[in-house]
Amino acid sequence: MSTTPQELKDRIEAGIPGARAQVTGDGRHFNAIVSAPAFRGISRIAQHRLVYDVFGSEVGDRIHALSIQTKPSEEP
Amino acid sequence: MTEQTTNPIREAIKGAIDENPVLLFMKGTPEAPGCGFSARVAAILESLDQPFAAVDVLPDPRIRQELSALSNWPTIPQLFIDGDLVGGCDIVSEMYQSGELQQALGIDGSPGEPEPEPEAVQSPPLTIENRL
Repeated sequence: MSTTPQELKDRIEAGIPGARAQVTGDGRHFNAIVSAPAFRGISRIAQHRLVYDVFGSEVGDRIHALSIQTKPSEEP
Repeated sequence: MTEQTTNPIREAIKGAIDENPVLLFMKGTPEAPGCGFSARVAAILESLDQPFAAVDVLPDPRIRQELSALSNWPTIPQLFIDGDLVGGCDIVSEMYQSGELQQALGIDGSPGEPEPEPEAVQSPPLTIENRL
């Protein structure tokens, strides 16, 4: 039950309004660079939580490791 | 999720977070980390000469489950400063590079400043496993 960077990208972009994601990975370890308007004015930890929340308990399990970089973006 | 009235693991985790100003939940130990992300955060703290307590989550999967439920953070490592979750490897690395971590630790610009927690080496959280 492996997953792909494309699946993660699609789910992040679907799960966070206005988000743009670049995801790379090998099926278990992933790197995501995410920008979204929702990140503006909230702490870095809150930004990362928004991304983790898209995947719930899959992080640490099916998605073994998800490394995240977040950037607030302008309104689309 | 209803909280059990007695949940010794969660209580031990809460106690450890309250008692240790700088506390790292990690896989393995600072001397023998069990994962590259945990190793990186431990190495960052060590490079700053920052005393810290560490809890190995590997001996019992329930430590990790309870920690994540408590902190609302899914992954390990997790660094707590003064009772607050600062982040995992990504955030800690970013904050270290920008100097925000040093600021949060109160070691910004004065590397010789003594930290008031010398007994961090004798970390009580390591007894979590023994209480089971």
